[in-house]
Amino acid sequence: MLALNNIEVVYDGVILVLKGVSLVAEEGRITTLLGANGAGKTTTLKAISGLLHSERGQVTKGIVELDGERLDRLPAPDVVRHGVTQVFEGRRVFENLTVEENLVAGAHTRSDFASVRDGIERVYDAFPVLRERRHNQSGYLSGGEQQMLVIGRALMSDPKVILLDEPSLGLAPLLVEEIFGIIRRLRDERNLTVLLVEQNAALALDIADHGYVMENGRIVLEGPAETLRQNSDIKEFYLGLNEVGTRKSYRDVKHYKRRKRWLS
Amino acid sequence: MPEFEWQFTLVLLTNGVMIGLMYALIALGFVLIYKATDAINFAQGEFVMFAGFIAAGAADLAGAPFWLSALLSISGMVLLGFGLERVVLRPLIGRPVIAVVMATIGLAAVLRGSATLAFGGGTRAIVMPVGDEPIALGAVMLPPVQLVGAAVSIAFLAAFSWFFLKSRIGIAMRAVADSQQVAMAMGIDVRRYFALAWAMAGVVSALGGVVWGAMLGVDNQLALVGLKVFPVVILGGLDSIIGAVVGGLIVGIVENLAAGYLDPYVGGGTKDFAPYILMIAALMVRPEGIFGRRRIERV
Ligand SMILES: Nc1ncnc2c1ncn2[C@@H]1O[C@H](COP(=O)(O)OP(=O)(O)OP(=O)(O)O)[C@@H](O)[C@H]1O
Ligand SMILES: [Mg+2]
Repeated sequence: MLALNNIEVVYDGVILVLKGVSLVAEEGRITTLLGANGAGKTTTLKAISGLLHSERGQVTKGIVELDGERLDRLPAPDVVRHGVTQVFEGRRVFENLTVEENLVAGAHTRSDFASVRDGIERVYDAFPVLRERRHNQSGYLSGGEQQMLVIGRALMSDPKVILLDEPSLGLAPLLVEEIFGIIRRLRDERNLTVLLVEQNAALALDIADHGYVMENGRIVLEGPAETLRQNSDIKEFYLGLNEVGTRKSYRDVKHYKRRKRWLS
Repeated sequence: MPEFEWQFTLVLLTNGVMIGLMYALIALGFVLIYKATDAINFAQGEFVMFAGFIAAGAADLAGAPFWLSALLSISGMVLLGFGLERVVLRPLIGRPVIAVVMATIGLAAVLRGSATLAFGGGTRAIVMPVGDEPIALGAVMLPPVQLVGAAVSIAFLAAFSWFFLKSRIGIAMRAVADSQQVAMAMGIDVRRYFALAWAMAGVVSALGGVVWGAMLGVDNQLALVGLKVFPVVILGGLDSIIGAVVGGLIVGIVENLAAGYLDPYVGGGTKDFAPYILMIAALMVRPEGIFGRRRIERV
């Protein structure tokens, strides 16, 4: 179980971005963290994985624990060794490396070469298309293949917990479905704990067991995914539906998505 | 006017290849650092000079045999690489590129000055135990020092290529070069790889210092071979080992042909600027070099 207790994060010594975030990701479950852009979702993931330092960010208060062990204040490599790996948003493959080299790099914290070989085969079994592309330079893969690669690469460290930042971003619906199907399988077959950050609340609540909604650096809503799906606020603001079931802020949603695509 | 003559051209070409391989060796030091840390090391020539001083000094002052002075030079340069990374470069991580560039320029001056302080201003010799009798390579006679230099260059260029392409540490280094942030998320300790890159550049510089020092003698002028690194890496590509080899060969051959065919008309000196003319032309046509990677642009 991954637990955050009252986490505060400050950037540049003065900008308070997380204002006391508490959440729990149960073992072998998918927990989703929803919220508009700028809410602090990515910052929450980085607070867990120890990757705030390189951005002049700092956890100034609170505790991050994995099965009772403190993770906050650990440098990023140690967090990976403890079994938590983050997948960045925007499909950040090592562009100049081949697919297989990406996977080897992902296994950096594992010393036993045989288990690395084994891990690579397991990733290829989960994502057969990666096996076909194993010697291709990853910068030239399609968006969907790159998303599969970054998830597969994270699995190479043999994590207990995987932190996924907006894996659906900019992908065609069919591909998103495929990737979410794989995430579900990873939970069911490997008992993987998943903390899934998403803009696409409908999709996320569809595969998640539990959900949190974040606004302005705070958790404002929490509950089982089923309950959140029925919640009228969520329907209105995050699923874009109003009481009669028509899209309300469709234009905003669409505008937002377009902006995100430019950025990615 | 020298008639075009096969024997003469063959001598120039062979010499160019030998010298070019030795340029490639010192360019490799530059490429290793650029590849792994994105830093441009303007002190590469001074690294070579300093390594030469350590080797020559060990032989002259302490009477060390050749192999021992070479080994001392290698260890000294590894320590220097680690030390510089820790004290000078690490605090500059995340600062603008110009800060690192200026730091390495400062470093160059410090190395030149401290070498003179420690070893005096005179020219010292590195004596390889291979004799002076020219060795015939086909129809061309070559000094043994040059042959050793070329052989050492080939061996280490091949070893480092293998290391980068195939070893897990090499793959991790390339991952760091690709994206430091993502590498960190994979549990790669980026700073350790920066230190490793500087240490490896130290090894390469030591080898360069010994072979170039054996050929030219060791004094402050030895740092000037470092200037040739720039045309080599601009032609070959800043981040490519193969590029360093090809760039080195081009520069070696061009300067020898220039010396053989142009110098008689203009009274000498073309050897020193011909590679730079080529470099400027290359910058206009293909700024990333022959083997340098272009940024992948996707829409
Ligand atoms: N390195 C940084 N320095 C200063 N402020 C930052 C930094 N990174 C993020 N922020 C700020 O922190 C807030 C939360 O950012 P964060 O990236 O966590 O949001 P998010 O919920 O992931 O948004 P999105 O959905 O757009 O990815 C934003 O207001 C952002 O401007
Ligand atoms: Mg984000």
